[in-house]
Amino acid sequence: MTALPPPSPKKLGLVIDLDTCVGCHACAVACKQWNAAGFAAPLTDEQPYGRDPVGVWFNRVHSYELAATDFDTPAHDPGAHDALGMSTSNTHACASTVPLAQLDAQPAMTLHFPRSCLHCETPACVTVCPTGASYKRAEDGIVLVDESKCIGCKLCSWACPYGAREYSAVEGVMKKCTLCVDRIYNEQLDEAERQPACVQACPTRARHFGDLGDPESKVSKLVAERGGVGLMPELGYEPVNRYLPPRPRRAGPVDEAQAPAEETLDANALPPVLRWLDRVLSR
Amino acid sequence: MNPAFSVIVFSTLSGTGYGLLALIALATLMQAAPARTLLVLLPIALALVTIGLLSSLAHLGKPQRAWRAFSQWRTSWLSREGVFAVATYVPAFALAAALLPQAIDGGGVATASRGNAWAMLAAALTLLGAIATVVCTAMIYASLKPVPAWRHALVLPGYLLFALLGGAAVLVAGLAVSGGAVGFWAALLALSALVALVIKPAYWRAIDASPLPLTRGDAVGLPQRDVRVFERPHTQGNFLTHEMGFVLARKHARRLRMIALVLFGAVPLLAVALALAWPASAPAALPFAAFAALIGTFVERWLFFAQARHLVALYY
Amino acid sequence: MREPELDLSPTPGDEVRTTTCYMCACRCGIKVWLQDGKIRYIQGNPAHPVNQGVLCAKGSAGIMQHYSPARLEKPMLRVGPRGSGEFREIEWDEALSIAAGWLGDIRARDPNELAFFTGRDQSQALTGWWAQQFGTINYAAHGGFCSVNMAAGGLYTLGGSFWEFGEPDWEHTKLLMLWGVAEDHDSNPIKLGLGKLKTRGAKIITVNPVRTGYGAIADEWIGIRPGTDGLFAFALIHELLRMDRIDLDYLVRYANAHWLVVRNEGGADDGLFARDEDDAPLCWNRATNAPARADAIDVQPAVVGEVTLPDGRRAVPVFQLVAERYLDPQYAPDAVSERCGIPAATIRRIARELADTAFEQAIELPIKWTDTHGRMHATMTGRPVAMHAMRGISAHSNGFHTCRALHLLQLLLGAVDTPGSFRYQPPFPKPIPPPNRPGRTRQPNGVLDAAPLGFVHGPEDLVVDEHGHPRRIDHAFSWAYPLSAHGMMHTVIRNAWAGDPQRIDTLMMFMANMGWNSSMNTAETIGWLTDKDEAGEYRIPRIIYADAYASETVAYADLVLPDTTYLERFDAISLLDRPISDADGAADAIRHPVFDPATQPGPSGAQRDVRGFQSVLIDIGARLGLPGLIDETGAPRYRDYADFLIRHERAPGVGLLAGWRGEDGTLEAKGAPNPQQLDRYIANGGFWRSEIPETARYYKMANRGYLDWAQRMGFLASGEPIVLQLYSETMQKFRLAAQGHGAHVPPPEHRERVATYFDPLPIWYEPFESAQVDDVDTRFPLSAITQRPMFMYHAWHAQNTWLRQIAARNWLYLHPDTGARFGVVDGQWIAVRSHIGEIRVQAKFASNVQPDTVWTWNAIGKRRGAWRLAKDAPEGREGFLLNHLISDITPRGDYANADPVTGQAAWFDLRVSIEPVAAADASAPQFAPIAFTGADNKPLRYGADLRRARALGDKS
Ligand SMILES: Nc1nc2c(c(=O)[nH]1)N[C@H]1C(S)=C(S)[C@@H](COP(=O)(O)OP(=O)(O)OC[C@H]3O[C@@H](n4cnc5c(=O)[nH]c(N)nc54)[C@H](O)[C@@H]3O)O[C@H]1N2
Ligand SMILES: Nc1nc2c(c(=O)[nH]1)N[C@H]1C(S)=C(S)[C@@H](COP(=O)(O)OP(=O)(O)OC[C@H]3O[C@@H](n4cnc5c(=O)[nH]c(N)nc54)[C@H](O)[C@@H]3O)O[C@H]1N2
Ligand code: SF4
Ligand code: SF4
Ligand code: SF4
Ligand code: SF4
Ligand code: SF4
Ligand SMILES: [Mo]
Repeated sequence: MTALPPPSPKKLGLVIDLDTCVGCHACAVACKQWNAAGFAAPLTDEQPYGRDPVGVWFNRVHSYELAATDFDTPAHDPGAHDALGMSTSNTHACASTVPLAQLDAQPAMTLHFPRSCLHCETPACVTVCPTGASYKRAEDGIVLVDESKCIGCKLCSWACPYGAREYSAVEGVMKKCTLCVDRIYNEQLDEAERQPACVQACPTRARHFGDLGDPESKVSKLVAERGGVGLMPELGYEPVNRYLPPRPRRAGPVDEAQAPAEETLDANALPPVLRWLDRVLSR
Repeated sequence: MNPAFSVIVFSTLSGTGYGLLALIALATLMQAAPARTLLVLLPIALALVTIGLLSSLAHLGKPQRAWRAFSQWRTSWLSREGVFAVATYVPAFALAAALLPQAIDGGGVATASRGNAWAMLAAALTLLGAIATVVCTAMIYASLKPVPAWRHALVLPGYLLFALLGGAAVLVAGLAVSGGAVGFWAALLALSALVALVIKPAYWRAIDASPLPLTRGDAVGLPQRDVRVFERPHTQGNFLTHEMGFVLARKHARRLRMIALVLFGAVPLLAVALALAWPASAPAALPFAAFAALIGTFVERWLFFAQARHLVALYY
Repeated sequence: MREPELDLSPTPGDEVRTTTCYMCACRCGIKVWLQDGKIRYIQGNPAHPVNQGVLCAKGSAGIMQHYSPARLEKPMLRVGPRGSGEFREIEWDEALSIAAGWLGDIRARDPNELAFFTGRDQSQALTGWWAQQFGTINYAAHGGFCSVNMAAGGLYTLGGSFWEFGEPDWEHTKLLMLWGVAEDHDSNPIKLGLGKLKTRGAKIITVNPVRTGYGAIADEWIGIRPGTDGLFAFALIHELLRMDRIDLDYLVRYANAHWLVVRNEGGADDGLFARDEDDAPLCWNRATNAPARADAIDVQPAVVGEVTLPDGRRAVPVFQLVAERYLDPQYAPDAVSERCGIPAATIRRIARELADTAFEQAIELPIKWTDTHGRMHATMTGRPVAMHAMRGISAHSNGFHTCRALHLLQLLLGAVDTPGSFRYQPPFPKPIPPPNRPGRTRQPNGVLDAAPLGFVHGPEDLVVDEHGHPRRIDHAFSWAYPLSAHGMMHTVIRNAWAGDPQRIDTLMMFMANMGWNSSMNTAETIGWLTDKDEAGEYRIPRIIYADAYASETVAYADLVLPDTTYLERFDAISLLDRPISDADGAADAIRHPVFDPATQPGPSGAQRDVRGFQSVLIDIGARLGLPGLIDETGAPRYRDYADFLIRHERAPGVGLLAGWRGEDGTLEAKGAPNPQQLDRYIANGGFWRSEIPETARYYKMANRGYLDWAQRMGFLASGEPIVLQLYSETMQKFRLAAQGHGAHVPPPEHRERVATYFDPLPIWYEPFESAQVDDVDTRFPLSAITQRPMFMYHAWHAQNTWLRQIAARNWLYLHPDTGARFGVVDGQWIAVRSHIGEIRVQAKFASNVQPDTVWTWNAIGKRRGAWRLAKDAPEGREGFLLNHLISDITPRGDYANADPVTGQAAWFDLRVSIEPVAAADASAPQFAPIAFTGADNKPLRYGADLRRARALGDKS
């Protein structure tokens, strides 16, 4: 079972638009509530009202700061003063090896980043599993845990570089994003609702669900159009989910000469309001 | 990685146990140790292995389903480890059975005498089984791409070496206590301690020198951007931060490394030297060395986890 | 091995109820799926106009709110001292007769001794009316500390406002400027809208000292210094005027740019509009070189040039006053740049971008429409520049004027209610100002002449005594805060304690955590709630509080009226209150019980005995015999709130709900009560919506089609066009009064203030805290503000285990450079001081903030013991409030820490210093823990039984 099935033509997954995500956590909580009583129920919360509340979540929303990629960012952008950490410490020095000049200049930014299972094509989380509890569906590529077989060894969570596996000590078994397998084919739901809970809830509609194996699908086209990326491809897990990178920010031409033409007021003509004296207006 | 007590106990004890088992088998094949001593040590080896395995069960969320872990040997090193770990009991018991008559016989050197092909087979299989188990244990870690420190080329040799070191230490201690000759085995112990003193620091230096091969920018799909954490998804901890987010302060690491080197390296070397120079001290010095090696291995294993950074830390 | 067989079509539940969310005031439509009588899950209702199927984090966490261990179970009477949290449970009968007893005495003595203040879900259409029946002027909803600057600034300028009463034209706008918005009341609509803008590639500019949330996805972030937006707006206006990039045609058609203003310095008519004998404002017709009615058509109105009126007085058009003021070099980009922290070149560029988008990229929608003059237009011209603003603008003591400045900016661009611009949501626009004035006098039957809250049109409408002193306990509608249209909840507790202007007997509050996060100066407020007089009696003699949960404020009540959860009661989201309309249609909605609370055991396991507050209020009203609440026989007129919703008529044919009126339910907006009305709502998913005719969706202030429709719907009394007020004559009336003109003049101590802040054109002034604290720039060099987290609603989500896992504590965020400046390192504990106090909290670095500003999430910090959280919960240990640093009065101590026009609380004027201190394990200050029993803290396995039941069901 933990042997991977031959690659399926159908690769269901999510496409998350980082250019649109406002970091509202709606997807995370919608996921929590659908799944809390769903296929992988319960998503146990320990110390729910205590010192260190910790629960099982299949989707978590991170927030980051992106440093500016040049030093010409408009000065009103205080975040950019600290671009590359020049002013304070070296803890946020640029880790990129690409020479700055080769990058499109980008201002400093805040980035929200929802993280859930990427339903990888060749996921080690499945192959390391000693029991066969972890498996990848042959039909659509969804990676699932069969809780009735899981021994709770946690090895699959170590094998996932994306932090997508969630162990519950109370339940003793591993849990993870199910791609809402109990929604997307659910004949008891209206057709329009057969989509993952996180996608349905997302208030900015930054999340998209579909078949990434079909180049003609809406999600595949979106990925093509927006240059969607898979995370850490060098690891060889071949994630199915795609992230659409933030679009270049437009601050407008910094150079005043490039700006739209302006009419100037003749400072010598006093008082200046008289310019409107002969204006013919009608009502 | 979170240094979970049960896992470290498991890998220390069972590593030592399989090392000992392997050396017992080797001694049998080589006819290089008294059968009686080997027969006494063999249950000790199995006990170490068993306690280790039981401890690893304690690590499981659903130990009652542990039997399922034997099913996925085609892909899973953990499954393979389970299979070999349990399978090795069979030749080990056979070996015990083969050694028994000789031990009763008068405590001579264990012999896989020509007429005793079974004993020879049992010893060979025990040896192979033990090695295979340790290899599998090592490969569980060495195959995990998300933990670069565990992918290092010295991880597999390290596991084998520490099994050898631990096994030799116990074997030598056993021989010394039972008054047997320790010469060859003590040399083996000294050699493995010496090698450990070389390769472990080399490993540590290597992992210190190589930060995670990927950046936070890679992790969020923006490899060219410099990314800092602004807010975590949850202000308190979670499974990932508890399990994968463990960080050990450099200061502590340095101290623990010194302690480990002394315990698994210096103490056994000194003990061997002492035992050779002043044989009367052997029955005390060598068991002490075995004990030190065990504790040293434990610390080393603890560091193996505590210092390994999981890629998921990039997100936090 | 084969793959396990999965049930891919498990039941989503046995039944689904469609109602309205109330995890926040956005009021989205939800579908609540039930399985075995428990909530299986809650989803957004795709058919609902507000959220169109999406659901925010809070909405999704509704399950944990409904089953919260902090729910109250039964009415309670205080037994321990106030604040201890020690109560005795009592029966409803006792609770209601106690309440009726207290209130009955008050009503017989002096109804104003009841101060009735409502918080979050104001239900104002009921509560305000109830207060009116009771006869107290001391009633308000919480808008006064929330965003009344936004409401009043808009209503006195446009007859509509930002807040959730207007919206950007999400379908057409090309450039959106967001001013001081973190989350807004319109949470989901804004997010849906931003998603649309992103899809269309529109540009988004955010003006905010902090770049989180919406700012994260904006194209451009203007990291402005707090409190300086007015200056920035003026500089943009300056540039537009200088470049002559303004829509003068729009301004003379829809605004009062051409109205003549009398110039008669020192005269009683100075600054008032020149009017004809019919009181109609005049303009100067260039074609005839003579005055004409300003609303005349086929005239050529002059927009500059002083003229002499036939009676000899001099007058100038409004626009000239605008141009003169804002062309002044003090508003040039270079002059404001440093104070705002925005480079002058950026200001100039943005001004050009605004103009370019409004004029060069103007759009035409092929929609025919007729204006109020009967002129037909073949198309609708759109200025695709939209703005939206919220508390970053309004929560300052200069917020009213700043809000007006933004509207002025929009108007100069011709960008109000045109395609692509800001749009009104019905029932807006309203006449400027809206017609209803605040109630002041009692009729013989004890009922107030009007609801206590309203809109002041001039000094004569103030609620002051013969000396010009405030009559209301919150001092709203006094000379100190004349246009305080929402009342001033933030002043009630201090004034009730001080007996200023009178002693009150009972403070009744509903759904407002005034003992914690919604009061300024929390520690002192708690002191006032518990202070005793010489006789040993509480200075605020009685406190009645209706809450649904064990909040901090519950501990201060003498009588606690436990409310239901939002899934257990009827509620109305009424057009008479805070409507949920969108720019294309009017809408209202109800909430209806998904559960009977008696079937929902409480945290103790006992049956909960709670009642919807609205029904309780109606019950108390009937017990008191309040006129509107009993019938001719003296019997209760309404069974409960549901009955009230159906049968109550505000005016003949007008009730709280507009849908399915008339006996057979065929009428909209106006019509006789329909006994089946609530059933019709329920059948329709809990809401009603009526589309504005297509030709009537823009230019609503002057669109014949719209005005007729709005009149038919009862939103407007007449079909008169609404002329947008660049120049506010209402303001000028107050200024004249301050100069001694007219029958109503302010007492001397208020004159200068009124004269200064009642400028008829927007002004900017230094926020009071910065202006009045000596050496503020050296002693308190930083601004400190809060922001709404998108995943939590104020205090009340602390009890929600899913949401508290996202943030169980907060930090004070500061820029790394700021840290370096003050010797603070990341993660260090710091003392944060303001002119009134000190808190000790943990700092955290983030460079997405303007370096002279520090900030934190609002209301994460909790009092220990409250919300039944463990006593060592992070909310109480490391969490903190900035409120302890925010004074409720100005540094000078003469007025509330509020806007001088509207009385809006100036939360964001706060100035602080920071200094590293020794590490601590808890933030300071800490208060004695409240003695509520802690919640069961064993692992929560919500849903386990539902899964098990499904599995069994599948097998059988
Ligand atoms: N520092 C700082 N302070 C601020 C602000 C800020 O920006 N910064 N913002 C201010 C603003 S704008 C506002 S509006 C206030 C909000 O402050 P509050 O109005 O105090 O808001 P909440 O904390 O949500 O408290 C509302 C109360 O309603 C109760 N409640 C919840 N559900 C129900 C229910 O169904 N029925 C009843 N009867 N009660 C219920 C809750 O338990 C809680 O006690 O905070 C203000 N305080
Ligand atoms: N999730 C959630 N939603 C809510 C609420 C909630 O508690 N949680 N509360 C509801 C309530 S009661 C209200 S009143 C609304 C308020 O909705 P918002 O107005 O969106 O909320 P705030 O977080 O108060 O702050 C507004 C923003 O103003 C910025 N700001 C502060 N000072 C200035 C300034 O001088 N200039 C500018 N340009 N920006 C400034 C702050 O950084 C912040 O981003 O939200 C409502 N919606
Ligand atoms: S993201 Fe992680 S859990 Fe999901 S398939 Fe890939 S490796 Fe497995
Ligand atoms: S925890 Fe469960 S699913 Fe994961 S590897 Fe172990 S047995 Fe497999
Ligand atoms: S697809 Fe379903 S399970 Fe996965 S993150 Fe989204 S809601 Fe959660
Ligand atoms: S719901 Fe959408 S906008 Fe909100 S955090 Fe998730 S992906 Fe981002
Ligand atoms: S924004 Fe969220 S909490 Fe507020 S009403 Fe809508 S779904 Fe509910
Ligand atoms: Mo508010």
